[in-house]
Amino acid sequence: MSPSESDLTKALVDEVRQAHDSGTRLHLIGADTKPFLGLSVEGRRLSLREHRGIVHYEPAELVLTARAGTPLSEIHHLLAAQGQWLPFEPPSFGSSATLGGTIACGLSGPARPFFGAARDFVLGVRLLDGRGRVLRFGGEMIKNVAGFDVARLVTGAQGTLGALLEISLKVSPKPSASETLTWEEGQKDAVRVLSELAVKPFSLSAACHDGERLFLRLSGTEAGVRAAAKRIGGDRLADPDAFWRSLRERTHPFFSMPGAIWRLSVPPATLPLAPGAGALLIDWGGAQRWWKGSAEPAVVWEWARSMGGHAALLDSGRCQMQPLDPALFALQKRLKAAFDPKGILNPGRLYDER
Amino acid sequence: MQQKQTDLQQEPSGTEFASCPPQEILRRLRRAVPDCPLLSHPEELRPYACDGLTAFRVTPLAVAIPESVAQVQKILRVCHALRLPVIPRGAGTGLSGGALPRRDGLLLSMARFRKILALDPLNRTARVEPGVTTRAISQAAAPHGLFYAPDPSSEVACTIGGNIAENAGGLHCLKYGLTVHNVLSTKIVTSDGELLTLGAEALDSAGFDLLALFVGSEGLLGVAVEATVRLLPRPPSARLIVAAFASVDSAAAAVGRLIGRQFIPAGLEMMDNLAIRAAEKFVHAGYPVDAAALLLCECDGPAEEVDEEIALAEGLLRDAGAYFLRLSCSEEERLLLWKGRKSAFPAAGRMAPDYYCMDGTIPRRAMPEALRRIARLSEEFGLPVANVFHAGDGNLHPLILYDASRPEELTNAERLGARISELCVELGGVITGEHGVGVEKLDPMCIQFRAPELEQFHRIKAAFDPDGILNPGKAIPQLRRCAELGTMHVHGGRLPFPELERF
Ligand SMILES: Cc1cc2nc3c(=O)[nH]c(=O)nc-3n(C[C@H](O)[C@H](O)[C@H](O)COP(=O)(O)OP(=O)(O)OC[C@H]3O[C@@H](n4cnc5c(N)ncnc54)[C@H](O)[C@@H]3O)c2cc1C
Repeated sequence: MSPSESDLTKALVDEVRQAHDSGTRLHLIGADTKPFLGLSVEGRRLSLREHRGIVHYEPAELVLTARAGTPLSEIHHLLAAQGQWLPFEPPSFGSSATLGGTIACGLSGPARPFFGAARDFVLGVRLLDGRGRVLRFGGEMIKNVAGFDVARLVTGAQGTLGALLEISLKVSPKPSASETLTWEEGQKDAVRVLSELAVKPFSLSAACHDGERLFLRLSGTEAGVRAAAKRIGGDRLADPDAFWRSLRERTHPFFSMPGAIWRLSVPPATLPLAPGAGALLIDWGGAQRWWKGSAEPAVVWEWARSMGGHAALLDSGRCQMQPLDPALFALQKRLKAAFDPKGILNPGRLYDER
Repeated sequence: MQQKQTDLQQEPSGTEFASCPPQEILRRLRRAVPDCPLLSHPEELRPYACDGLTAFRVTPLAVAIPESVAQVQKILRVCHALRLPVIPRGAGTGLSGGALPRRDGLLLSMARFRKILALDPLNRTARVEPGVTTRAISQAAAPHGLFYAPDPSSEVACTIGGNIAENAGGLHCLKYGLTVHNVLSTKIVTSDGELLTLGAEALDSAGFDLLALFVGSEGLLGVAVEATVRLLPRPPSARLIVAAFASVDSAAAAVGRLIGRQFIPAGLEMMDNLAIRAAEKFVHAGYPVDAAALLLCECDGPAEEVDEEIALAEGLLRDAGAYFLRLSCSEEERLLLWKGRKSAFPAAGRMAPDYYCMDGTIPRRAMPEALRRIARLSEEFGLPVANVFHAGDGNLHPLILYDASRPEELTNAERLGARISELCVELGGVITGEHGVGVEKLDPMCIQFRAPELEQFHRIKAAFDPDGILNPGKAIPQLRRCAELGTMHVHGGRLPFPELERF
């Protein structure tokens, strides 16, 4: 077997079984590029990075199956060679990011509102649960309603319901043409403009406002993009890929300003723009807002909840999620126990469970 | 039509249900919700005895038809206290018996929850009660230039609650996704009467993705009492190509060529000769009746884009061997060409006294083999099978034609159906793509999944509904049933594909 391919299922199963029997907590990691997306986890490190390799990719079936440790970059290359891509544009936060970590964190990029989220593209998983059993949910079919949709449930669960061993993703042909338009716009007006544009049948694939300018990406066929660009107007952005990459990877200068940052996930037309004053970067056509303002967390959480959304605080290398309503929290704990009765998998990564 | 009293009552659900006398149950329900209609006379109950899987009928203990969330909560609290099974029901168009009553259970009809609570054109969402029909959402959104994308063929009748419970698809889900991709949040009442919100009005929510888990859970995890769905801008242009092929194989190969090249059609449907002839006779859409297979390929979006895609699709279809191509040039023509496909069910209904609509998904590459083997099974059982299906996503819908008044035909139709389910698994596919498991596919579930996965499903169910009162005995078979089935099959010497991994 080449080094880019190895199946460590057996060894991983043994490790989790032992941990289950001895009640040892495990800290699951891929390439360890995303510790800041959750709370810190204490436990023995269980690396999935070497469990890697493409298991199956058939372009005409629009499905790719790969082991969790497969580098995301390898998948991007493979797809690009066939004119395909992952339309949810997952951020990687570093060149070594793995598929498993990406799906465990449920990460989606700028195209999210237009093409769907990571979970929308997950068709099946092979999961190593907290008892050390390998379970297979979903498959390689786009349409599959046999049994509960566990594959989507574990997307974004950050390894707390099981270690992802293998993931099947729906892939898509990449639109043949793309163009980014930009113009100056006030931020409050931006939300209105974005809402107005979103009800028009333009082939939008990303829409953001960086505080000064509005950026709109169109993706589709050559003629479709050209016609829409003409109707919308604005300046053509010279290096659109670099711009959207900086937004996706959070390397845009906005993110390097010092201090804590809030992620506000709200209905796109939500006004006021944020719970208070502060710098604001609007993405996802208004539905994802990065806010640097100072407010009591409880106030921000209440604001986000009252708007129909939720907020997360990224501060000092960790992320605090919106507290859940008690009944919902109790249900989530019961679900966690159903997958991981001894609470050994990434305990406390999403919420303080004590 | 011949009916069959199901033995579902004997289906172990893993729970002991209380043996409170029916009169006492009714009294307690009436006291809890005095102003909620509660039906209990046999003639009132009859319309609720089955859903779209009409071969199965059971008269429920009673039918409650609440109209407020508070009523649903009160009803569930009583049922929870009494350990009384509750079977949610939307419009009853389900094809797998998901809303089939139990003699010892309360049927909870959501039919009076018919209000569109809010339409938000700026955020492009509709907040609706669960009994609103799928079509009604799009109608309400139309004045804003928006629509609700999932379009099951039953959209005029089926409800959004039922769509959520089944993760319904439609003719255009190839491009626009299934129900799970188009619902932002749902409020549910749990088995003990608690009200929870899953998902959010935003594009994601905190914690586990319980919304994704709930969609497709067939009424086992909670009762949906409200939903917020995503609306999309109505595409200004849509065009349809009808392409005829001299062999099923070449049509299937054409599907592989169309998909995965630069664009995804909005819909890609296939009909075989029997279906073409039935549809043509029924609606005169202008289909070539000598074709072995027909593909219907629709592109929608901005006009420039559609024209470009249609030209591309036309070329690909021609290269793939289509001997007849017709492009819709007007909206009337497009609708007429669709009409044949959309009338496939009633058209099939004219070919035989009864038909049984199967559902399963296979990889696209396996389509020719699947259709060949279905044709062989059809001969083996002596029952005609028409194929009309969602070719783009490999979702088969073989229609088994039979006559229930003839002895054995219903049983034969069911046996043929079971063989088709097994075939789907053997070809690397799944036993249901959009109609759900209900009671119909409990046995095939034993082929699809191994014991550990089934156990895990039961644990998930217990995390939501510890007493197992919500739609018991549906969707997830008890392990005992699978064991017995396995034994049975082994005795018959035909354990289906023991060498295959059962995922
Ligand atoms: C002619 C015809 C064509 C069809 N075409 C399609 C198609 O193209 N695509 C497709 O996917 N399906 C199709 N179907 C199947 C069916 O219409 C769908 O499954 C639909 O989603 C069922 O909705 P309903 O309101 O009728 O639900 P019901 O049949 O009443 O119930 C279905 C399931 O949902 C549960 N349920 C209902 N309401 C709730 C609620 N509020 N909360 C919790 N659980 C609930 C029930 O317990 C049951 O398990 C078709 C059916 C027919 C008869």
